[in-house]
Amino acid sequence: MRTVTVVALLFVLVMGWGLYQKSAPILGEIPLWNLLTDSTWQPFKNQFGFLPFVMGTIWVTIIAIVISLPLSLFTAIFLTEYSRRCVKKIVYPALDILASLPSVIYGVWGTLVIVPWISDKLAPHFVDFSAGYTTLAAGIVLSIMVLPLLVSLFVELFSSVSVDLRDTAYALGSTRWQTAQKVVMRKSLPGIFASVVLAVSRALGETIAVLMVCGNLPQVPQSVFDACYPLPALIANNYGEMLSLPMYESALMFAALLLFVVVLLFNLVSRIILRKIEEN
Amino acid sequence: MSWWLSLSKPRLKSKKMKKSIVKEQFARLLMYLSIVIVLILVASIIWTIFSRGAKCLTWEMVTSLPGGGFYIGKEGGFLNAIVGSLYIVLASTAIGLIISVPVVFFLNVYLKTKSKLAYVARLAFDVLFGIPSIVYGAFAFTLMIYFGLRTSLLGGILVETLLIIPILIRSMDEVAKNFPRELLEASYSLGATRWETMGVVMRQIAPGIATATLLSVGRSIGDAAGVMFTAGFSDTIPTSLSQQVATLPLSIFFQLSAPQIEVQNRAYAAALVLTIIVLIISLLGRFITNRFSKHNLR
Repeated sequence: MRTVTVVALLFVLVMGWGLYQKSAPILGEIPLWNLLTDSTWQPFKNQFGFLPFVMGTIWVTIIAIVISLPLSLFTAIFLTEYSRRCVKKIVYPALDILASLPSVIYGVWGTLVIVPWISDKLAPHFVDFSAGYTTLAAGIVLSIMVLPLLVSLFVELFSSVSVDLRDTAYALGSTRWQTAQKVVMRKSLPGIFASVVLAVSRALGETIAVLMVCGNLPQVPQSVFDACYPLPALIANNYGEMLSLPMYESALMFAALLLFVVVLLFNLVSRIILRKIEEN
Repeated sequence: MSWWLSLSKPRLKSKKMKKSIVKEQFARLLMYLSIVIVLILVASIIWTIFSRGAKCLTWEMVTSLPGGGFYIGKEGGFLNAIVGSLYIVLASTAIGLIISVPVVFFLNVYLKTKSKLAYVARLAFDVLFGIPSIVYGAFAFTLMIYFGLRTSLLGGILVETLLIIPILIRSMDEVAKNFPRELLEASYSLGATRWETMGVVMRQIAPGIATATLLSVGRSIGDAAGVMFTAGFSDTIPTSLSQQVATLPLSIFFQLSAPQIEVQNRAYAAALVLTIIVLIISLLGRFITNRFSKHNLR
């Protein structure tokens, strides 16, 4: 049993090492900094600039968090501080459903609902033309996917704030919102930060749903109505042809390594913070 | 006396108090709004998938294999994808359980509560839980090349097993962590060995194992990015581990990217089938947690 546990532990290291080995050829040829800041992507001419993909990933993630953070904060505060049992009985199963739906279903929903909505209703107010397959669409779909995770983390955080603290605030004459804002949320600020980091790392790796609505053009998006091409989509779209060129394969594995390292760091930081809070 | 006090209250309101009451009401409004948005989103997703899928779903689709010209809109169904998904999910869940149950026992029965190894192990599994499935897929793909394997059912099972082990371990561990130490001590004091004590533990965490299993089944049946690299795709039901295999999410994805309406309609039907499967699993999980955990000692 000890061996199984230790082997499972080593798996993290083996994974990082394996991906590094595979991406070593391209790292040997092109310096890391150039890989990340160059924006020409022409694999068959040996030009590998990851900037469009990195920017696409960052944009999509930022949109997702900007939408889902206020939504989930208010939902969680409502669930822990305000709501009655009957509301919880509806909202929790609804969040359960959101959490259990597979990524590809979100993709289908995105193409059926969000993409037409953006191209017909929203985009005409801002730009001349948009096909709907945009950075914004990917961000919206992603925000809904991380929503249940954020709400469940927040609910756990808020309900771990001691009742005494709340009672003290009420006794001093503060309203419910003041208590929620200045006591409950302030007390769980590190936890909120950690939860957001965790949600970011979840958003970074989402593949199929984003791939289906983001437009998949290797360009640095100039506005939210431009198509984009995040890193996971890059890997998923090109896995078929990557074996044709050794450098191409190495480039895609570098993309995977990049995701792995960033997600690993984000996860480590947030989990350590959350663990500390849980222990207290 | 109190009714008199409450009558005189409004006159005592200061400006500051009014401001905080307005703020309170505004915050409440925002909260109601967020709850409504969340509920509308869930309803929209479910309604879209059901209404769009129900129009297209026929009995033939779930009971037949793709025929000739399937991807340009001719007859056939996606039974290959349903069976393929089931193969992968069942096999990977079985292997995953065989590996993760001992790990959970080790973490909770053999190790002390404050053990360093347990802390590191839990952290590592949490981190593995967070690694996106596309990275698992890419890694498993390089592993398969290294061992000379082709994309196959075996590859799909391999990557899904790796993917669900952290989920299985961490969610079972959450239940096992609350396991009362007194029960362990009671068992030891009757002269039971650690191995025999596991029977006691097993009985207590059985609902936890069941929900963890359902959770990981739900995750692996919906995963597309991992199997994309490793399982490939095929129009037939595989008869050996080395053949390529279709999966439901990938079948939806491929059919949806086809230009023909007939093919796209089948994608919506397949999406409905997948959604129904996942919803049943999720309901079952809720039922088991509610129904069976009440017999447990706390």
